[in-house]
Amino acid sequence: MIDLQGYGPRLFQGALLTIEVAGLSLLLAVILGLLTASAKMSRNWFLHRIGTLYTTIIRGVPDLVMMFLLFFGAQVGLNMITDWMYEQFGWDLYVEINSFVAGVITIGLIFGAYMGETFRGAFLAVDRGQIEAGRAYGMTHGQVFRRIRFPQMMRHALPGLSNNWMVLLKTTALVSIIGLSDMVRVAEEASKATHQPFVFLTIVAVIYLAIASVSEWGFARLQKRYSVGFTGGDE
Amino acid sequence: MEWLTSLQTLLSDHTVLTPANLARYGEGLTTTVQLVFLSLIAGLILAVPLAIGRGSKRRWIKLPIYAYTYVFRGTPLLVQLYMIYYGLPSIDALRDWKYWDYVDQAHIWALIAFTLNTAAYTTEIFHGAIKTTPRGEIEAAKAYGMSWGLRMRRIILPSAFRRALPAYGNEVIFMLHASAVASVVTIMDLTGAARFIVTRTYAAFQPYLFVAVIYLCLTFAILYLFRYLEKRLLAHLRPVEG
Repeated sequence: MIDLQGYGPRLFQGALLTIEVAGLSLLLAVILGLLTASAKMSRNWFLHRIGTLYTTIIRGVPDLVMMFLLFFGAQVGLNMITDWMYEQFGWDLYVEINSFVAGVITIGLIFGAYMGETFRGAFLAVDRGQIEAGRAYGMTHGQVFRRIRFPQMMRHALPGLSNNWMVLLKTTALVSIIGLSDMVRVAEEASKATHQPFVFLTIVAVIYLAIASVSEWGFARLQKRYSVGFTGGDE
Repeated sequence: MEWLTSLQTLLSDHTVLTPANLARYGEGLTTTVQLVFLSLIAGLILAVPLAIGRGSKRRWIKLPIYAYTYVFRGTPLLVQLYMIYYGLPSIDALRDWKYWDYVDQAHIWALIAFTLNTAAYTTEIFHGAIKTTPRGEIEAAKAYGMSWGLRMRRIILPSAFRRALPAYGNEVIFMLHASAVASVVTIMDLTGAARFIVTRTYAAFQPYLFVAVIYLCLTFAILYLFRYLEKRLLAHLRPVEG
C-alpha cells in the first residue's frame, strides 16, 4: 500500500476544494457566458462593444496574471470604495477578498468569455423558422427561449461546453499559487516535506484524470438527452 | 543619449516604472519569449513523428502515444511542472550523473515540462489533420506508385500542416499564457518580474497590469502572424467570392 505519511486526509480535503472551486467557477462562467452571448448578439451597439472587449481582453491575458491582478488589485479597489463610503455615509465596512473568492471569480471571468463564444455559436445554429413558428403560436419571448431556443441550443453548445469544462478543471490548479490549499498545494507541500514528489503528484494527476473521465461520461449522457430526435450525423 | 537622461528624470519619481524595473521587465520578456519559442520548436519536432505513430494501425505504437497525450492533456501544466521540478532531482541515479550540475536549473526543468505539454497537444492537432486528409489524394498517390514514406512527405504532411494551422495558432497562444506558471518555480519571466517588483515596491497590482498589457500585445502579434499565414497557405480552401 502507498504510504501517504499522514497527508491522506488533507489531500482528500484538497480534492474536495478543487471540485468546489471548479463547480462554482463553472456556474459563474455559464451565467457570464449566457450574458455575453446575449450582449454580443444584441442590436445594441454599446452592449455589443462591451461583449467584444471582454472576450478580447480575457483571451489575451494569461490566467495566472489575471488571478494576481484580481487577487491583489480588487482588494485595493474595494478598499477605495469602502473608504469612500465611510467618509460619505459613515458606514464602517471592510470587505476582504480571500483567495477562494478571488480564484472563483477569476476562473469564472475567464471561462465566461469562452462560454460566451460557445453559446453564441449555438444560439445562432437554432433554426430561425422555429423561433418564428413559436412566436406565431402566441408564445411569449420567455416561452420561446425556454421551450425552443434553450433546449436546441444546448445540443450545439454541449461539445464546446464539455471542452471548456475540461480546461477549466485544469485551470483550478492555479489557485494553489494564491494560497488556497487545493490538492495541488497539498501535494506540493507533501512533496517538499517527505521528498517523495512522485507519490503525491501522481495521486493528484490521477484524481484530475478521474474527474475528467467522470465528467466526460456525464456530458455524453447529456448530449444523448439533448439530441433526442436527431439520429446519426449532424442535421 | 540625451533622450535617455530625460527619460530617466521622467521616471525618477515613479516607484514602479524605474529604469531598473523596466530592465527587469525587459529581461522577463526575453525569458518568456525564449521559453515559449524553444519549447514550441522542440514540441513541434516531437509531435510530427508522434502524430504519425498515433494514427498507426499497430496497437503497440498507437496505444503508448495515446496514453501520453491523454495524461499530458488531462492534467494541469502546473502539476507536470512540479513533477519534473521536484521529481527529477529526487532520483538518486540522476543526481550522480556527471552533467547533473549543468542541467539542474529551473529553466531546463520548465523547458522540459513545457515541451512535453505542448508536444502532447500538438500531436493530437496533427493527428486530427492527418486523419482528415481527403482519401482521393492518398489513393491518387498510391496509384502513382508512391511508397508510404514518399506519400507522407509529399502528399499527406504538407496538406495536413496547412489544415492544422488555425488550431496550432491557438496552441501557440495557449503556450504563451501557460508559460506564466514558470514564475512559480523561481524563473524571472514576465510574470516573475511582475511578482518580484510587487514584493520590492509594495505596489499592489500595477506591475501585473503592466505585464498583462505586454501579454495582450504578444497575443495579438501571434494572432496576426497566424492570420497572415492562413491567408497565404490556405488560399485554396477559401470559399470562392463573387
